[in-house]
Amino acid sequence: MLEVHDLTVRFGGITALDGVGFEVAAGEMVGLIGPNGAGKTTLFNCLTRRYDAQSGTITYEGRDLTAVPPHAVAGLGLARTFQNLGLFPRLSVRDNVLLGAHHRGRAGFLSAGLRLPRVRREERELRADADAVLDRLGLAGVAAHPATGLPFGTLKRVELARALVGRPRLLLLDEPVNGLNAAEVAEFAGTLGAIRAEYGLTVVVVEHHMGFVMGICERIVCLDFGRKIAEGSPEEIQRDPAVIEAYLGTAA
Amino acid sequence: MSTTGTTEAAAPAPVRQRRRLDRRWAGLALLLAAAVYAPFQLVPFHVFQLTMVLVYAVALLGLNLLVGHAGQISLGHGAFFAVGAYASAVLLDRWDLPYPLTLPVAAAVAFLLGLALGVPAMRLRGLYLALVTLAIAIFLVPLLKRFEELTGGSMGLTLAKPQPPAWSGLAEDQWLYFLTLAVAVAAFLLAASLLRSRVGRALHAVRDNEIAAEVMGVRLSFYKTLAFAWSAMYAGAAGCVYTWVIGFVSPDSFTVNLSITMLAGLVVGGLGSLAGPVLGALFVMFVPSIAQDVNDAAPGVIFGLLIIVVMYVAPTGLAGLAGRLTRKIPRKE
Ligand SMILES: Nc1ncnc2c1ncn2[C@@H]1O[C@H](COP(=O)(O)OP(=O)(O)OP(=O)(O)O)[C@@H](O)[C@H]1O
Ligand SMILES: [Mg+2]
Repeated sequence: MLEVHDLTVRFGGITALDGVGFEVAAGEMVGLIGPNGAGKTTLFNCLTRRYDAQSGTITYEGRDLTAVPPHAVAGLGLARTFQNLGLFPRLSVRDNVLLGAHHRGRAGFLSAGLRLPRVRREERELRADADAVLDRLGLAGVAAHPATGLPFGTLKRVELARALVGRPRLLLLDEPVNGLNAAEVAEFAGTLGAIRAEYGLTVVVVEHHMGFVMGICERIVCLDFGRKIAEGSPEEIQRDPAVIEAYLGTAA
Repeated sequence: MSTTGTTEAAAPAPVRQRRRLDRRWAGLALLLAAAVYAPFQLVPFHVFQLTMVLVYAVALLGLNLLVGHAGQISLGHGAFFAVGAYASAVLLDRWDLPYPLTLPVAAAVAFLLGLALGVPAMRLRGLYLALVTLAIAIFLVPLLKRFEELTGGSMGLTLAKPQPPAWSGLAEDQWLYFLTLAVAVAAFLLAASLLRSRVGRALHAVRDNEIAAEVMGVRLSFYKTLAFAWSAMYAGAAGCVYTWVIGFVSPDSFTVNLSITMLAGLVVGGLGSLAGPVLGALFVMFVPSIAQDVNDAAPGVIFGLLIIVVMYVAPTGLAGLAGRLTRKIPRKE
């Protein structure tokens, strides 16, 4: 479904990604790990066309993703959440989620201004979908609340809801359990597993919480200083000397 | 206060929302009733003033789409107001077009000009955008003087005002008022539906977080440019009605001051709210002359001071202040 080949991204003197390559098959849940600054978020930013790569290719469902304009990525069924939240703080939680369905809508300025019947029908459908997702993620109670001033974990769930309502096929999650306590992490792992099955999702998840990643992912890719240093099943990764070295090295 | 807080929390969310909507519609209906009643109670000069408030309200509704909702700035919307006014005036003067027809034409001309200028302007941000739009306002008026044949040069054009049809039994000032009210109500409904839709959400997303908006699939350049063109169209429509009401256009009516007063009025009225443009229009209409009365020598100073006072007392504009006050009332019941 997704093939990344030899991807290199530089910012001035920093090489954020250095010849990274991996594949994700449809239906898989892949973990992306690595110490701080390893280039995980940068990789997501390349996949959603926020950053241009200096070299390398990204193929998504057989299409060259690097030739797709940024705003068209969502329409291809690729959704993401942000590490440090990318919500619209002045809008309600429901409106935030509805924006996730933006690319599914067709209403333009004139047809929306005139409230044409097809616009109203479309809006009804999108609202029903958004409310269903809000319900599914236990957010119905805060739907009318502005998307700010709520607990970080709740806002992260709003982002997940916003991504899901766009009916993605590939979902990129950037540190979804950051800031959650142990019980919440376990609960989130359960929710994510269930949602993945319900929606038939392929997921790439960046996370520092090892228990979470090892428990939920079938395969793990480990980056360090922009390079892929290991790839394999959770058991293989846990035993991999390069991974242990990378993590101990930064801890020291 | 704490007890009402708990009962409120106990009410299911949709019911509470419905009730708030009902109250809002009731308020609007009341306002409309008052607006229909007013011209029969006021002397012609006050009816005229109220008409002008509605004219500015239409222009500010449009400017609000761009500034309050899409988060972009324009210091040049007086130019689109002027274009609408002149388009209408020339059509009436040259081609004797029936006046109702000048409205769609003026709106369309302003829209197209807004689109043409919006494509390059909306690639800019902040200060650069402010400067470029200010330049539009500065260069437009001399341009109007140049086409003397059509625009009457610095003398301007004088036109016959729309006359009330006999069946209406209205005086001229009342007829003009109702024409303007009809345009304003239509403009309000159009903007309100637009903002409650997918398009409105996309504009808000562009305003609040461009990066996230793009990830949602919102095409930034498209929404910014169309917001600019639509706000130009609103200004053009307002300009057209201005021509009907005043019966005279000249370059001196549309100086850079108009553009700046419009933006200041909108900010004072309240950005991003539906009531803001109406309150802002009151400001645009009355504050410059009040400033003139207070201090003949330096109306600009008084005008500036008034803006500062309002922004200090009500940082979210008069609409925000009104919202805060009305929200306090039910809490005390
Ligand atoms: N826009 C940018 N401009 C300059 N440098 C950047 C930019 N984005 C990322 N970098 C740099 O690229 C490197 C990789 O950053 P990235 O955010 O991808 O790391 P990460 O693996 O997500 O780390 P973390 O676990 O802390 O989130 C870092 O050195 C970072 O400073
Ligand atoms: Mg990161």
